[in-house]
Amino acid sequence: MSYSSIDAGWWPFVYILIAGWFATDFWRYAGVLLGRRLSDTSQAFLFVRAVATALVAAVISRLILFPSGALAETALALRLAAAVIGFAAFLLAGQRIAVGIGVALLVLVGGMFAGL
Amino acid sequence: MQKTAVGMPPEGTYLLWFGRGMRMIVSLPAFILMSAFVGFAGFARESGIDFVHAVFMTAFIWALPAQVVLIAAIGAGMTIVPTFIAVTLSSVRLMPMVTALMPDLRTEKTRTVTLLFLSHFVAVTAWVMANQYLGQVPRRFRTAFFGGFVVTLTSCNLVVIALVYTFSTGIPPMVLGALFFLTPIYFLTSLWATARDHVVKIAMVAGLVLGPVFYLIAPDFDLLLAGIVGGVVAFLIGRRFPIGERSGGQ
Repeated sequence: MSYSSIDAGWWPFVYILIAGWFATDFWRYAGVLLGRRLSDTSQAFLFVRAVATALVAAVISRLILFPSGALAETALALRLAAAVIGFAAFLLAGQRIAVGIGVALLVLVGGMFAGL
Repeated sequence: MQKTAVGMPPEGTYLLWFGRGMRMIVSLPAFILMSAFVGFAGFARESGIDFVHAVFMTAFIWALPAQVVLIAAIGAGMTIVPTFIAVTLSSVRLMPMVTALMPDLRTEKTRTVTLLFLSHFVAVTAWVMANQYLGQVPRRFRTAFFGGFVVTLTSCNLVVIALVYTFSTGIPPMVLGALFFLTPIYFLTSLWATARDHVVKIAMVAGLVLGPVFYLIAPDFDLLLAGIVGGVVAFLIGRRFPIGERSGGQ
């Protein structure tokens, strides 16, 4: 049963509720219930967090290396350079997110105008 | 700590702190998130997602990575169970985030149902800002302050999505491309900035490298594999080579 396999107006909402809302808020509610019990210095906490972080990092790589939509028309090397230079600027500026995003955008847009 | 004649505590009222939370919508992280949602809405629109569905999933999921994973799964025609697994794996990180926030947010009197309600709005931006500002709020008003901020933040981004769906035919591809790029860079920098432990930073690097590798080897399970393998590797390396106090910086 995929998103478009049932031709009914209510099905996408059910699909989003089960595969989206429940899949996400389950962890938030678990986080609340564990709030009292799981120490944020415990090894289990650190392990779960490491797995989750690596997973989100893989999402980041996918969005930069294999994007869809308008971004897919830019060169891979340009996106990679923009991300690396933006991240370097972010670190040099004392981990200021705005600096990283601003510099990455400047490199990307500059490359777009240069026809890369 | 005398109370005034009308019984108002000297620090203010719940309504006042709710309002002060709402005011946080005018801040750089909130602006960045709205820009990211402009990119997300463009992405959803280009992926053929209906406007109502895009608003619905944003209100009910409220986690950009999970929403991007969900739309990618929809685009790939995945059935509901693998989609559930992919989305839930991208949302596991919310559990420790929420857990870590609880000691700052609650008092002994705070009802669990209040915390469950507020937890729905916990995502990277709200979490970073809560860590930054919650300490300045009197403890008994923290839920009001947090509620005022996160409900406003979510509502404003629903409006952002509506605006993008209404007007994005007029947005040039170059601008759309640039906006799509905000999301990964925002995740990249904010995840790194909020990583308190070197294991988390190792995990990030491992995920960044392993993600594309697994994408090419096993595109259906790339996120899952990168998360588990990267997380285990980072955890083991971090335990083998603890940095401790010498790391400096923080």
